[in-house]
Amino acid sequence: MVHKVLMINDFSAYFGKDKVVKNITLAIEDSKITAVMGPSGCGKSTLLRSVNRMHELNPNTSVSGSIVLKGNDIYRMNPILLRRHIGMVFQRPNPFPTMSIYDNVIAGYKLNGIKLTRQERDSIVEESLKKAALWDEVKDSLRKKGTFLSGGQQQRLCIARALAMKPEIMLLDEPTSALDPKATAFIEELIVQLKKTVTIVLVTHNIAQAARVSDYTAFLFLGELIEFGVTEKIFTVPSDKRTEEYLTGKFG
Amino acid sequence: MQNKKIALRLIKDRLFSTVLIIISSFSVVPLGFILYFLVVKGATAINLEFLLSGPNPYGEPGGGIAHAIVGTLILILLAAVISIPFGLSIGIFLAEFQKSKLAYWVRLGVDILQGIPSIVIGIIAWSWIVRPMRAFTALSGGIALALMMLPIIVRSTEETIKLIPTSIKEASLSLGVSYYHTILKVILPSGISGIVCGILLSVARIAGETAPLIFTAFGSRFMNLNIMKPVESMPLLIYRYASSPYRDLHTMAWGASFVLVVFVLTLNIVAKGVCKRWCIKY
Repeated sequence: MVHKVLMINDFSAYFGKDKVVKNITLAIEDSKITAVMGPSGCGKSTLLRSVNRMHELNPNTSVSGSIVLKGNDIYRMNPILLRRHIGMVFQRPNPFPTMSIYDNVIAGYKLNGIKLTRQERDSIVEESLKKAALWDEVKDSLRKKGTFLSGGQQQRLCIARALAMKPEIMLLDEPTSALDPKATAFIEELIVQLKKTVTIVLVTHNIAQAARVSDYTAFLFLGELIEFGVTEKIFTVPSDKRTEEYLTGKFG
Repeated sequence: MQNKKIALRLIKDRLFSTVLIIISSFSVVPLGFILYFLVVKGATAINLEFLLSGPNPYGEPGGGIAHAIVGTLILILLAAVISIPFGLSIGIFLAEFQKSKLAYWVRLGVDILQGIPSIVIGIIAWSWIVRPMRAFTALSGGIALALMMLPIIVRSTEETIKLIPTSIKEASLSLGVSYYHTILKVILPSGISGIVCGILLSVARIAGETAPLIFTAFGSRFMNLNIMKPVESMPLLIYRYASSPYRDLHTMAWGASFVLVVFVLTLNIVAKGVCKRWCIKY
């Protein structure tokens, strides 16, 4: 019996009157990596940002349908509390510029005013940085500013910052699109490691990346879900013609 | 033929940039003259007594401007305490709700406020505060100066916050941090250099204001720490001493001018340093 941690039911998202995500139904499985791919402007980022309700920060947005996280409709939850259960990593590394590496990792607690003892803090920082495969590189410079790190390191710091909150799901919004190939390879490896502890939804416009790291793949085109299934099957025997054309580079 | 044309163009180019350089160099000439005169005429007036004691009785030589220095500091402090909370709040509002109707009108209002002549602000502070209270007070002077500081703080806060990338804000919100904590703990600290810089420059701007104080702080010949009483200020003292018929008062006016200009210059230089040193890289 597979466990579905997130159920997206007949979900649509709008910018004003534009329907950018169209009636998508999708189930995200626990401790697996689900890749969402598609050409630019297909609504994949909007879908992802709907899951932690970052989408609604833009003016004139609305949604219909439902997204259910472990039995709770997220649109009935307080968005602030919801976002503590769902971590997010963005396209560009965005560590807090005023904070040290240490403070960046613990930022979720600090900014939310959650009191921790020094020991708890230390252990969360160490554990999160280890999970993000950054500990060995920064353990002697935890008091340095996070912005002194390289791009790839900064992105891993952002992953550690999201992991520190012990989220149930991590949303990765094209996490390697601003990184060089070497840093990208490193992060991809890390993502595969991470699925042991957390469910991952990865948005990418990089087809090869979806093939390399994901267990399931969803293909979005013009806001519609064209195909969803086990990654291997999608990439070898796609059932929809548009998926095949996208994978073979006919468009996108 | 062709070559000649190009040569002519090159000469024109050279000429143009030379003219720009010469004209730009002229801009420092007035400042140079001002500083030269102040040093020659004012620096000689300055000694410990000048800086540390109040005025002597009329006709007696010596005495100092300590009461004016303290008064100016009190006025600046009052103005800052009043205008900084308002200025920051309005600046944040304008940056965060850029497109709202209210923001449009507030921005317009702040811009117009910046253009209102300082003497008019003095008169308004007089009719709002001095007349109802039936007393010239340091407080009313502080409020008048706060009105002058406000637009500078608002605009510098707004511009600074607009420059902070949205990704920083998103990072905070995605961690489940509330909006107001995001603003107070993430956005404001990220823009601290620009904001502090704006505050320092606004202080430098009002330190030498005379007109708003004529009807409010009024001036006084005594050391006064009570904000409900009239207080002396540097520019008021300079104005009165310089328009008096006595030579030794003229010298004191020069000395006070020197002190005031050094103070303003220092503020400007410190502000530049703050901008550079505290600048945050994203």
